[in-house]
Amino acid sequence: MNQTLSLPLDAHGAQHSPSTPSSPHAPAVSAAAGTAPRFSRSRWRLPRAGTVAAALAVAVLLLLLCAVIAPSLLAPGDPLAADRSQLLQPPSLHHPMGTDQIGRDVYTRVVHGARPSILLGLSAVTLSLAVGTVLGLLAGLTQRVVPTVVMRITDIGAAFPELLLAVFIVSLFGSGIFNAAIAIGIAGIPYYTRIVRAETLRVRSASYIEAAQALGLSRAEVVLRHIVPNALRPLIVVATIGLSSATLAGAALSFLGLGNPPPSPEWGAMLTNARNFLSMGWWAAVFPGLAITLFVMSTTWLGRWLQQRSEGRL
Amino acid sequence: MTPASLRPLSRRVLHRVGLSALTVLGAITAAFFALRLVPVDPAFVIAGAGGDAVAITAEVLAAIRKEYHLDEPLVMQYLFYLSRLVQGDMGMSYVQEQPVASLIAEQARPTLALASLACGLAVLLSLAVGILSAGRRRTSAIAGAVELVLASTPVFWIGFLLMLLFTVHWQLFPLLDTGGLRSLILPALTIALPTAAPLAQVLRRSMDDVLEQPFITTARARGLSVLATKLRHGLRHAVIPYLTMAGYSFGALLGGAAITETLFGRPGLGRLLVNAVTRQDMPLVLGLVSLATLAFVVMNLLIDFAYLLIDHRLQTESPQP
Repeated sequence: MNQTLSLPLDAHGAQHSPSTPSSPHAPAVSAAAGTAPRFSRSRWRLPRAGTVAAALAVAVLLLLLCAVIAPSLLAPGDPLAADRSQLLQPPSLHHPMGTDQIGRDVYTRVVHGARPSILLGLSAVTLSLAVGTVLGLLAGLTQRVVPTVVMRITDIGAAFPELLLAVFIVSLFGSGIFNAAIAIGIAGIPYYTRIVRAETLRVRSASYIEAAQALGLSRAEVVLRHIVPNALRPLIVVATIGLSSATLAGAALSFLGLGNPPPSPEWGAMLTNARNFLSMGWWAAVFPGLAITLFVMSTTWLGRWLQQRSEGRL
Repeated sequence: MTPASLRPLSRRVLHRVGLSALTVLGAITAAFFALRLVPVDPAFVIAGAGGDAVAITAEVLAAIRKEYHLDEPLVMQYLFYLSRLVQGDMGMSYVQEQPVASLIAEQARPTLALASLACGLAVLLSLAVGILSAGRRRTSAIAGAVELVLASTPVFWIGFLLMLLFTVHWQLFPLLDTGGLRSLILPALTIALPTAAPLAQVLRRSMDDVLEQPFITTARARGLSVLATKLRHGLRHAVIPYLTMAGYSFGALLGGAAITETLFGRPGLGRLLVNAVTRQDMPLVLGLVSLATLAFVVMNLLIDFAYLLIDHRLQTESPQP
């Protein structure tokens, strides 16, 4: 099973892997089919690369979750404490990620920056998910006027490129981390509305809905017990991937100076801060960026893995 | 009512154009009223920008309101704005005493240069990677991993890393904008890399699907080389999903330009937007947002029409079974 080992970090490589069944029932089937007794490959082989990567992603996310909930556990220092004698020191044992231009420890700031950066993305996704779900269900379950109105408004919202819409909304409310989260959340609504509506329409025309209606279930029962749960099922995956893009957008807004105000640590804003001292200390820019990339990559990867699982491709 | 696919082509095109025009109008309208519902008095912004010598008195504010037509009903202001907009007049900037249209025209050149080089690089990169990696498991795996990393990396961090490598470490390119092509390459690459990643991914996925079709085997059996098969048959089938993705990312380029221009200290529309937002220069924000929306919608409209030219099946009046 060479291919399995060399399988990529990428999802669709796994798609092409040989069709050896990986379900626990598979060996029993092949035994029943009377194949020669042999070493059962599917039971003994190493876990697939995709699964390993998903486990790694979960580990990274757990570590970052710890940084969000209890940053002082990972970095006991004060993220705002500036040591004038330690300006722009390269990474060392004492400062694992070096210090910035006013002598603050970059590692402590990266750890403490996890909370605003990740919560920004999380609250933005929650907002777009909640409003998008309501609007999408509304447009998918009703007829004539309501869906037309909802979808035209959605079209208008989707006519703005997302980051631009977020910048625009920040210009309405003013900058700040709370407003940035709202802005990114609103900018994401059209996307989720479209997905939820499409899913609702798909589920509505499914034969099991017809069956439920034929069995005499009331309209409310059909909607609440069959349509809504099935239409919303893919959202977990979509929201996981959405979390990564919302976090990226949040970091971008902070980088542009429209998100988290200094001096409190936030990954995007830390990069703005490091911009002017790039030639004197690469570490102040590299580590916060690495943190964003690791978080986004882990969420994206986990989302894809969940997606493949839900589609039965793993 | 006949379904859309059964209408004559010309009517479908008109319908699509009309719908897009309405969408843009809706977007401009929404932006206009949203900017006016904000509890910020534009007269204060204008007065504040006028300089410190002017004390902000009630008379000054009233004069400003009169000059900028802020004292009229909102609906009248809106109609007035629209009537001037069709003549290419986007009003005066609150902060810089210049018409918005000329401010935009001034800054459009560097952004257009940056955007076109970035698009060109993204297309080149994604075509090369997509075509070469399609159908090859190991190459696909490596390309896929790189694409995942690139798509997960914030644009500004890519820019940082490129700057660190090529201006600080090797000093191949100037750190700040000097106006020439040399100072354009790194910013363009910063936008092109994350844009190219999903494009290459889409291209490879759809080419992989095509390469499993029986007619590919036939083409190979006729003696066509692998590369020629990919170019002649694979590419043709991959082009529609590729164009969809390209239209979306190129249309959204202004957002990326805002970040890249800020990072590299370049002039341009993106930076103009960030400055306008931080200074609450509403007419300038409105003008730039309208322009970006127009560009985004037109780009997607053009891609839709490109489908008709590329895939002749879409032109027939009855849908293919």
